[in-house]
Amino acid sequence: MSEDEELPDLGGGATPNSNSTVVSIGGGDQNYVSPGPDQVLENVLENVLCFLTSRRDRNAASLVCKSWYRAEALTRSELFIGNCYSVSPRRVTNRFRLIKAIAIKGKPRFSDFSLLPPDWGAHFAPWLRAMAISYRALEKLYLKRMCVRDEDLAIAAHSFPILKELVLVCCEGFGTDGLAIVARECRQIRVLELMDSVIRDNEVDWISCFPEDVTCLESLIFDCVEAPINFEVLERLVARSPSLKKLMLNSYISITQLYRLMIRAPQLTHLGTGSFSPLEIVAQGEHEPDYFSAFAACKSLICLSGFKEIIPEYLSAIYPVCGNLTSLNLSYANISAEQLKPVIRQCHKLQTFWALDSVSDEGLQAVSAACKDLRELRVFPVEALEDAEGPVSEVGLLAISEGCRKLQSILYFCHRMTNAAVVAMSKNCPDLVVFRLCIMGRHMPDHVTGEPMDEGFGAIVKNCKKLTRLAVSGLLTDRVFNYIGQYGKLLRTLSVAFAGNTDLGLKYLLEGCPKLQKLEIRDSPFGDSALFAGLHHYYNMRFLWLSACKVTRQGCKEVARQLPGLVVEVIAWNEEENGTSEDVDTLYLYRSLDGPRADAPRLMVRPSLIMLGKALFNYRAGFPLAALKISPSSCGFHALAVEPSPAA
Amino acid sequence: MAHQNDLNLKATELRLGLPGTDESEDMVSTAKNNKRASPASVNDSGLNSAAKSADNETSSASKAQIVGWPPVRSYRKNNLQPKKADSETGIYVKVSMDGAPYLRKVDLKVYNGYSDLLKALESMFKLSIGEYSEREGYKGSEYAPAYEDKDGDLMLVGDVPWDMFMSSCKRLRIMNGSEAKGLGCAL
Repeated sequence: MSEDEELPDLGGGATPNSNSTVVSIGGGDQNYVSPGPDQVLENVLENVLCFLTSRRDRNAASLVCKSWYRAEALTRSELFIGNCYSVSPRRVTNRFRLIKAIAIKGKPRFSDFSLLPPDWGAHFAPWLRAMAISYRALEKLYLKRMCVRDEDLAIAAHSFPILKELVLVCCEGFGTDGLAIVARECRQIRVLELMDSVIRDNEVDWISCFPEDVTCLESLIFDCVEAPINFEVLERLVARSPSLKKLMLNSYISITQLYRLMIRAPQLTHLGTGSFSPLEIVAQGEHEPDYFSAFAACKSLICLSGFKEIIPEYLSAIYPVCGNLTSLNLSYANISAEQLKPVIRQCHKLQTFWALDSVSDEGLQAVSAACKDLRELRVFPVEALEDAEGPVSEVGLLAISEGCRKLQSILYFCHRMTNAAVVAMSKNCPDLVVFRLCIMGRHMPDHVTGEPMDEGFGAIVKNCKKLTRLAVSGLLTDRVFNYIGQYGKLLRTLSVAFAGNTDLGLKYLLEGCPKLQKLEIRDSPFGDSALFAGLHHYYNMRFLWLSACKVTRQGCKEVARQLPGLVVEVIAWNEEENGTSEDVDTLYLYRSLDGPRADAPRLMVRPSLIMLGKALFNYRAGFPLAALKISPSSCGFHALAVEPSPAA
Repeated sequence: MAHQNDLNLKATELRLGLPGTDESEDMVSTAKNNKRASPASVNDSGLNSAAKSADNETSSASKAQIVGWPPVRSYRKNNLQPKKADSETGIYVKVSMDGAPYLRKVDLKVYNGYSDLLKALESMFKLSIGEYSEREGYKGSEYAPAYEDKDGDLMLVGDVPWDMFMSSCKRLRIMNGSEAKGLGCAL
C-alpha cells in the first residue's frame, strides 16, 4: 500500500490529514469548504477507530481500503514493532504520526544463550533518530533485546520531555551513566523498569539524580543493576514518592535497609526484596529490626521477588503477606523443600510462582497442595548442567498437574522425565497456553520406559486446545513433529533443540501449523528440502531460526530468490582459509519491508587462545564468521564480510 | 516406584568430584556436527564451555558443554549463589540474661573459641564474667555463662571442646547472683 498516493482533491486546501475540514483564511468565507461525504466518513471513522485498541484489530481495519488505512494511521497511538529489522524507522514515522507509546523488540530469543555475536545488531539509535523528530510527545518506551547506549538514553531524555514510562528488558550497552541522565532529565517519569538487562557500573550515583521534590514515581525496578546504591538517598527518594507501588531492589540492598524502605512505603503492591540477608554475618550490638511487622504493615503487597542472597532463616518474615500474594518469585533463592513448605502452605491465592529446583519434587508437592489457583509455574535449575542428578523430576510435574488444575503456563527444567507425567499434565491442565519443558540432558528418553518423549508432547498438543507456545526437549523423533503439525493449530511459538531424525520433522511443522509465527530450532537434522516446505508460510512469520542444522548456502540462496520480501541472514564458519564451505551455522530469516539491514557485524578475526582446526576465534569480542546477507533484489548474494586476516 | 525417586539417595552419596558431575553417565551421542566448533560464548564462563566443546572429537570423562545449553540466561546463571551447606550458614543462638528486658542473638561461628565468645558477651551485656577454671567454674564473678544443650539440660559454658559446644548449644543464658554461684559450686 503506497503512502504516496494522490489524495482526492477536496478543494480549498483541506487535506484528509487534518481533522478539521474548515479552512478560513482572513475575512469572509471565501475559503470555506463544506465537508464532502468522504471527509465526513473519515471523521466518523477516526472517532470510532479511537476505540480500537488491539493492534490486530487495527491492522485489520487498515486493510479495508485506503481511506480506512489513512484514518487508522492517524489515530493509532500505540505501536508494536515485533522485529526492529522488519521495517525501517522512517517508514514507520511516515505512516503513524501520533504515537504516544512504542514497543520495539530486537534480537531473536536465542541470542540470550550466546548463540549470536555480541555486536549482531538491534541498535536503538536509528529508531531514536526518527522518533526524536516525529514522536516528541512520546510517553511510553518499551525495548526488548535492543542495544541501547548511554548516548541514546541521553537523547531520549532530551527528545521526549513528557516521557512517563521507560521499560528496558534484556537490553545492554548502557550503564549507570545513562540511568543518571534519565533520572535527572525525565521529569515526568512514572515508571522506570530495568529487567534482566546488563548494565555497566560507571560508578555513578544515579539514584541521587532524581529531582529533589516529590516525584510521581509509581514503579522503580532496578534489581538487575549490579552496582552499589546510595542507600540514604534511595530512602529519601522512596519517602518522597507517595505514588510508588512497585519497588524492586538490587542485591546491594541488605535486609536491614529493606526494612527501612518498607516502613516508608507500606503502600507497595510489588516488592523486590534485594539480597534479603544482613550485610554482616552477625548484627552484633544492633537490635535486629522486626521484619515480620514491616511485612505485616504492607497490606497491599501482592507480588514478592528478590531474595537474591537469602539467608533462609529470614524467610519467616514474609508470613504476614503470604495469604495475599498472587505472585512469588523465589527463583534466586536456593532453598529446600523444608524451607519452602511453611511459606507456600499459606499462599493460597498464589497465581504465579517461580522457584529453583532446589525445592525438589517434595517442594512442588507442597505447592500443588496449597496453590489451587496457580496459573504460572517456572522451575529453574540451580545447576544448569546437562548431566546432574537434579532434584526435580516427573514426580514434581505430576504433582503440580494434579493440584493446580488451572495452570496456564509452565516452564520446567529437569534432568529426568516420563511420558506418563507429561500425558497426565495434558489431561489435568486443559487450560495450558504455554508448555515449556526442558529436559537438560540432550536426547534424554523417558527414564522409566527408555522411549522417546514423542508421546508426551503429542498429548500436550492434542489435549491442550488453547496451546500457543511450546518448547520441546529430550529424545524426540520425527513423530513428535507429526503430532505437532496435526494438532498444534493454534501454535505461534515453538522452540526445538536436539530433536528429530529427518527433514520430515520440519516439514510436518511448516505444513501443519498455520499460525506459526516464531520458530527457533537448534542442533536438529533439518536440511534444505525441509526449508523449502515453508516457502508458502514465511511471509506470515515473525522469524525462522535454524542453527547447527543441515541447511546449506545453496538452500538459503534459493529461499531468498523465491521470496524477495524476506531477509535471509546466514552465519557460517570459514573453515577453509579461502574456501566457502556450504555449511551454514545459523540461519535467521524474517520478513522485511525494507530489505537487508546496513548494520550487520563486520567479520572480526583475532588470534584466539585455542586453535580449533582451521577456524580461529576469540572468545570475548570477535566472532569468527562470514556474515552473508542475501539480498533479495539481486540474483546472487553479497558477502559483507572481509576475508579473515592471518592470525598474528 | 515414584517414591524411590523421592529419596534421592544420590544426593547424599559420598564421593569425590564436583557437585553435578557424574562420571557414570555417558553421552548419548556427541554433537552431530563434529567438525563444527560452536560459536564463541560471550559470558565469563565462555572460556570453559568453548574450550570444552572444542574437544568434541575426544571423549572425556566430563561431557563437553555445549554453548547455550541448557537454555538458561547467563544473567540467571551468574546470579545464583551456590547452596550454603548448613555448615556454612551461621549458628545463631539466643542469649538471655536474667533481668535483661530483651534477648540477643549471636552467631557462634564468628568466634574462634570460648574466650572470644565470652569477651563478646561481656561487651554486649556490659558485665564481667571472669575466667574459667575446670574446678571452680567462673570464680570471682557475679555471672556465669550457661547454655541449654540438645537434651534441654542447663550446662556451664566451657566444659566441652569448642566444636562440640557449637554443635550442641541451643541457647545461651547468663545467670547471675546466687543461682550462678550454685551452678559453679555444683562442680
